[in-house]
Amino acid sequence: MSVIVAENISKKYIIDHKNLRSGSTIRDWFSETGKRLFSRQGKDNNTSSKEEFWALKDVNFKIENGDRVGIVGHNGAGKSTLLKVLSRITEPTTGHVSIKGRVASLLEVGTGFHPELTGRENIYLNGAVLGMTTHEIKKSFDAIVDFAGVERFLDTPVKRYSSGMYVRLGFAIAAHLEPEILIVDEVLAVGDAEFQKKSLGKMRDVSESGRTILFVSHNLTAVQSLCNKAFYFEKGQLLEQGDTTHIVSTYLSRVSRKSLEHEWGDLSKAPGNHQVRMKSLKLIPDYRDGLTHIDVRTPMKLSCEFWNYEDDAMLNLSIHLYAYTGECIFNVGTKAHRFYKGLVGAVCDIPGDFLNDGSYVISVMVVKDTSEVLFNLEEAITFDIQDYREGVTWYGKWPGYIRPQLSFSISQTEPVPND
Amino acid sequence: MSRNITIKPGGSAREYWLDLWEHRQLLWILSKRDISVRYKQTALGIAWSVIRPLATMVVMTIAFSVIAKLRPDTGVPYPLMVLGGITIWTFFANTFTQISNSITLNSNLVAKVYFPRLIMPLSAVSVGFVDFLIAFVLYLLISIIGYNYWPSSNIVFLPFFLILSFITAFGFGLFFAAVNVRFRDIGQLIPFLIQVGIYACPIAYSSQMVAGTWWYKYHLLNPVVSLVDGFRWCLLGNNAYFDPRSLYSTVIVSTIALFVSITYFRRKESSFVDHL
Repeated sequence: MSVIVAENISKKYIIDHKNLRSGSTIRDWFSETGKRLFSRQGKDNNTSSKEEFWALKDVNFKIENGDRVGIVGHNGAGKSTLLKVLSRITEPTTGHVSIKGRVASLLEVGTGFHPELTGRENIYLNGAVLGMTTHEIKKSFDAIVDFAGVERFLDTPVKRYSSGMYVRLGFAIAAHLEPEILIVDEVLAVGDAEFQKKSLGKMRDVSESGRTILFVSHNLTAVQSLCNKAFYFEKGQLLEQGDTTHIVSTYLSRVSRKSLEHEWGDLSKAPGNHQVRMKSLKLIPDYRDGLTHIDVRTPMKLSCEFWNYEDDAMLNLSIHLYAYTGECIFNVGTKAHRFYKGLVGAVCDIPGDFLNDGSYVISVMVVKDTSEVLFNLEEAITFDIQDYREGVTWYGKWPGYIRPQLSFSISQTEPVPND
Repeated sequence: MSRNITIKPGGSAREYWLDLWEHRQLLWILSKRDISVRYKQTALGIAWSVIRPLATMVVMTIAFSVIAKLRPDTGVPYPLMVLGGITIWTFFANTFTQISNSITLNSNLVAKVYFPRLIMPLSAVSVGFVDFLIAFVLYLLISIIGYNYWPSSNIVFLPFFLILSFITAFGFGLFFAAVNVRFRDIGQLIPFLIQVGIYACPIAYSSQMVAGTWWYKYHLLNPVVSLVDGFRWCLLGNNAYFDPRSLYSTVIVSTIALFVSITYFRRKESSFVDHL
């Protein structure tokens, strides 16, 4: 029996480049409308600042009763929009979905918690927000408190809770929802190791009890261990659906085939200026063990070639590697050399077991006399590193920007004295 | 609560009202939240809802009665007239303000969970109502103990004026709540409207002073006039001036406002999340 049937759902957003959507004021509206009224070609002028963006485009699927569906895709692929549409937070622009059964969606842990209220009050508040009746909350109250381990702090305002306690309480309430269909977004990304194990276990219990689950996560290991089916989204479209192992490997290999290589054949279109011009820039992963995607173990080479138009120039190449969030992880440069007119090439080795999993951005800079920046190619290459772990039963996000394998030993130094 | 849901652009009205009914427990819990947060946060707590109307009464009595020498309705002590006016006006103004801000203040909920959005403006009334009850008890105490002035039998009509005040505040507030999401600077207009209102409505003065002037017919158009005058008439009896004709504008304006606002709110609520 299909419990969710989605037909042709699309969701359009209007991106207003002038107002950036949020924080627009009525003054802006008046001035915009005024401009439109008084300028004859106003229409054309205005449409240029607004852009349509389809967060979802003609999505069709059926989910059977008891399916556990993992949704994978890049940031901005439409996963979260889909969950929002299915949880009725936002309406689709076209199409329709029919859902049979009671839905609970957990897009955030502790939604609606009020910092001034006590743990007890917040359990009732959050439970009601998530769609539980007071009767149901009363029934599972003790189990929630027990699961979260906050007995002693029940009458303390949650603003005094540690972030760990806050998250535990939030998840505990959600875990005791008894919906027929559960929609979950990235909740495993929070909390400490112990709690993550517990919450993943709880999710597994829920799934084994025959309920339907939709689960979005960047954590492919968790998706694989929890879900029997997967959807792969890209640019708002449901590209492929099928069994989890198959979809995850398709997704990973597509990620790796993303533009890691740039080659500018036409000099006039290549980035650069009258002093230097790029020819090629490649990030070449050294896949091992039959891998088809970059994971934390994969060593890479960054190779760059550029044209130098100046004789006897003292040049060096510098690269910056940024985390997706914008922090610079490192900046390395070659030694400076004298070059004649012509092609210059540089290669940088990025070892495996060095960067953590995540998304990264590389910028390349040509520097003259070790001080003057001749040309800076920003955000030249974007790439993802996938997670890989062995002998670990914890699925949370590994902390840190780098994940080096250091020589780190542990041993029993002394036996228990036997008396 | 297990039933089939169809999600599509638009959505049907019947289902919406049914949904609202099914979420009545949430309405109750959100109201309780607002009340307990209000009395927990301020150190003065309940005292605050007593001090505010009292202070306003004293200031207005001194400014308008002692200095400007305005006369109250015959047989009514001036401070009581002012306190009665302030009590209902504060209820109206607080409710209106809280409803107007209800969606933006709860933006975290709007972004993460579904429920009929009308729950939020409806629950926003709770704090204003509790404040009103406190102020009302204060009025009774001052009136009976301080002035030995017992409420008249007209008090049986009090719930009517209270409900009418609520409907008026809701009709206007709901519209602002929806507009506020899209245009944040509308919010700045509200304190200004309330400041103007305190003089445009007969709080520090009696409508009798306006009666007979060329201005009176415009005075009667103000939908809040009948609320203030009527409320005082309930408490102070027939000595207090109340022109029943002022009810026409209140009933007509608030009915239209309520209807327009609900229509507008319903049309906009599904896109609230896109603007927050």
